[in-house]
Amino acid sequence: MARVVVDVMPKPEILDPQGQAVANALPRLGFSGVSEVRQGKHFELEVDDSVDDETLAKIAIGFLSNPVIEDFVVRRIP
Amino acid sequence: MSRVGVITFPGTLDDTDAARAVRYAGAEPVALWHGDADLRGVDAVVVPGGFSYGDYLRAGAIARFAPVMGEVVTAARAGMPVLGICNGFQILCEAGLLPGALVRNAGLHFVCRDQRLRVERTSTAWTGDYAAGAEIVIPVKNMDGRFAAASSTVDELEGEGRVVFRYVDGNPNGSLGDIAGICSADGRIVGLMPHPEHAIDALTGPGVDGLAMFTSVLGKVLT
Repeated sequence: MARVVVDVMPKPEILDPQGQAVANALPRLGFSGVSEVRQGKHFELEVDDSVDDETLAKIAIGFLSNPVIEDFVVRRIP
Repeated sequence: MSRVGVITFPGTLDDTDAARAVRYAGAEPVALWHGDADLRGVDAVVVPGGFSYGDYLRAGAIARFAPVMGEVVTAARAGMPVLGICNGFQILCEAGLLPGALVRNAGLHFVCRDQRLRVERTSTAWTGDYAAGAEIVIPVKNMDGRFAAASSTVDELEGEGRVVFRYVDGNPNGSLGDIAGICSADGRIVGLMPHPEHAIDALTGPGVDGLAMFTSVLGKVLT
């Protein structure tokens, strides 16, 4: 078994109003110096050793993310 | 009599209204079940609104893998008319039948109101009964209605005249180019966020402007 992390983020050109709302809240809460926030999704998968990188990429691009609007990164956690 | 399929997924809300709209238009609605890879010989399909599979992950992301959708994709690629409304539009985009995607409303609110639209293209399977440039009022009700796509995709849609409906008197969700609905290159697959099936009877909607979408496919397409 291994842990695999898939991070999915809205593409830079896609407006992210959720991230903007978080960014706008920070100064009101007394936190200064944060100029931008982007909000995405973080998936943690427990996978058998038999699952190869190609399969993980298919899961990430075909299901966990929509390549039209999102980018993803797949990482195996040692 | 033409037979128009209406799909029900777990979490679909508007299948009953869509079937009613098909009936009002003069066709026979045929219930299609998400788990059956069977279109029951229908002539066209409506993918109705709601929150299929709870819209967990992304709107429409899970529904596109339903057994019935495999049949819809095959039939649509062969020219069968398909109309995706709201969640149905999101599902058609996720399935790759229409370009782009629908993302969270720019204002972060669920928007529910009667919305004015301009019919930008009448040469589709679902808009032939409208006058070119007609303005119609039908309800919009969604959380993830903002059309998003690469700028090259939007340019292509605009250049090929594939924007079918555009918001007027205020964009409810920050949709690129005020786009409310688009179509496939051949005009037989149409998706839009607002709900024509809720505007077919003055008793239960803002008017009857939505009915022409369901009659359009019968008169000129399925004869």
